[in-house]
Amino acid sequence: MSTLTKDQLALAEATLDFTQDRIAPHAVAWDQDKHFPLDVLREAAGLGLGGVYVREDAGGSGLTRTDGVVIFEVLATGDPSIAGYLSIHNMVGWMIDRYGDDAQRARWLPGLCAMDTLGSYCLTEPGAGSDAAALATRAERVGDTYVLNGVKQFISGAGASQLYVVMARTGAEGPDGISAFVVDRDDPGVSFGPNEKKMGWNAQPTRQVVLDGVRLPADRRLGAEGDGFRIAMNGLNGGRLGIAACSLGGARAALHRSVEYLADREAFGAPLLKSQALQFRLADMATELAAARALVRQAAEALDLGDPQARELCAMAKRFATDTGYRVADEALQLHGGYGYLAEYGIEKIVRDLRVHRILEGTNEIMRLIVARDLIGAAR
Amino acid sequence: MSLRIVVCVKYVPDATGDRHFAEDLTTDRDAVDGLLSELDEYAVEQALQIADAADDAEITVLTVGPEDAKDALRKALSMGADKGVHVEDDDLHGTDVVGTSLVLAKAVEHVGYDLVLCGMASTDGTMGVLPAILAERLGVPQVTLLSEVAVADGTVTGRRDGDAASEQLQAQLPAVVSVTDQSGEARYPSFKGIMAAKKKPVESLDLSDLGIDADEVGLGGAWTKVEDAAKRPERTAGTIVKDEGEGGKQLAEFLVSQKFI
Repeated sequence: MSTLTKDQLALAEATLDFTQDRIAPHAVAWDQDKHFPLDVLREAAGLGLGGVYVREDAGGSGLTRTDGVVIFEVLATGDPSIAGYLSIHNMVGWMIDRYGDDAQRARWLPGLCAMDTLGSYCLTEPGAGSDAAALATRAERVGDTYVLNGVKQFISGAGASQLYVVMARTGAEGPDGISAFVVDRDDPGVSFGPNEKKMGWNAQPTRQVVLDGVRLPADRRLGAEGDGFRIAMNGLNGGRLGIAACSLGGARAALHRSVEYLADREAFGAPLLKSQALQFRLADMATELAAARALVRQAAEALDLGDPQARELCAMAKRFATDTGYRVADEALQLHGGYGYLAEYGIEKIVRDLRVHRILEGTNEIMRLIVARDLIGAAR
Repeated sequence: MSLRIVVCVKYVPDATGDRHFAEDLTTDRDAVDGLLSELDEYAVEQALQIADAADDAEITVLTVGPEDAKDALRKALSMGADKGVHVEDDDLHGTDVVGTSLVLAKAVEHVGYDLVLCGMASTDGTMGVLPAILAERLGVPQVTLLSEVAVADGTVTGRRDGDAASEQLQAQLPAVVSVTDQSGEARYPSFKGIMAAKKKPVESLDLSDLGIDADEVGLGGAWTKVEDAAKRPERTAGTIVKDEGEGGKQLAEFLVSQKFI
């Protein structure tokens, strides 16, 4: 687990080549221009980034979570915002692959894997964030169809994505009354809010998804009625690893640039890198990232093996890696002095991008709740 | 019948690493990571495109080099080549381009071929003459330095861009072709390709399998001998021209003296 296999090294190398050629040189401009690079995403699909965890028969790469965290860390060294969107797109693909029937898999997965269609994940609502089981979007059964009404909030990729995995209430209050649906952008009654103005993650759109009497045939339901919350939570276990890996990548890039900057920057008659005080700070940044990486890989392996502790480990990894990644990126900004605050240097962008990783895919407070519930349960 | 393409690839020291010579003045391969020569990736890419356009084709990637040279084959296989051939023998240490061409010729004949594809040069030795020597040894046409290449009906056609003109070239197969870095960007290996590569067959051959005597290759068999190797001199600051009214003239004089203009 601690060292990469030859295959994983080759996956990382291919991803790095792509990231350095196609993503990293544009990251600052995409952030500044709020540009969502659909052409680059389609190119990324050529590598297999459209369906990392999707089985090969449906056009996916059929890789493990342990492979995935290596890939997403490398991608995020170029741009955490694009890597983050790709993580979400892959969460959607995994959910359809895992819970869809043969017809649903054949219908949606090839397009998602090729990234001809993009996917978004719709759980959060204006009035239900961390308390996701309290969601209010309704899917009412009318004959052979469902009619969806409600609003989904903070939806990454919204507007640009074709497919939306939407959690909606088909039954009673609480988690057991929720079902999962695949909604198409072109379904009558689907509309979008304006592109939100955000602190970071600007290279991808974030919008409300408004569902106003959206009528869906029953074959749009993913899994059985009442399975929605379980599907959503299982999807998030993997999604949290993806975001954790993206934090590692963003922070790694910031650390790397800090070393280069300090080697280059002279003050008080010598390169700053000669200062032992600064060396120690770099050493701490690298050490904390390595610890976070080890936890992320452990959690990924647990999820691959079906370890009963996987959910808690994913929550720990997400909390620890996103907090650590943010701290390291912020420290990198400090080491860059005033230049770190300039957009041109790309460091402040990484800080802004990584800030949201502590909030989305379940806030880090909810991650602690998941870990604590398990602990308390064990003590009872 | 299937179009048999053999792509000759080289495992070279990473140019971004710190490269050194060993005591016998051969490349010190232990001190630096190696990889598939970037110029050979263009040949692999053209092979894949030619194979895609053909009804039926099989791409073999061939390399001569130490154990680690398998990594170069693996990269080419992950890009989509079908099988690999690795010629490895302790007696090959220090082989020059003439010896290498002998080994490649024997190996290509062993595999069977309609088309041999090469990069325009290696990124370490940068001799650039191997495709021509190889064609000579095989007794087949050579169509070198193409920036565009296509195969149809047993004929290879392509364009060679020179400084003054572009030539359209054509040859009957079998033939040896080399392609330039203008022939089209090499694809990234896909994740699926990477995972599939390890299941693809790689045949290992040594000199005796190819019927080559040890004294025909290696440092002893080399037609060239490296007498000395010196470290690249440290970079010095360039000439600075200060404009005090005559700046333009001085600049022009400098460029003339360096034969730039």
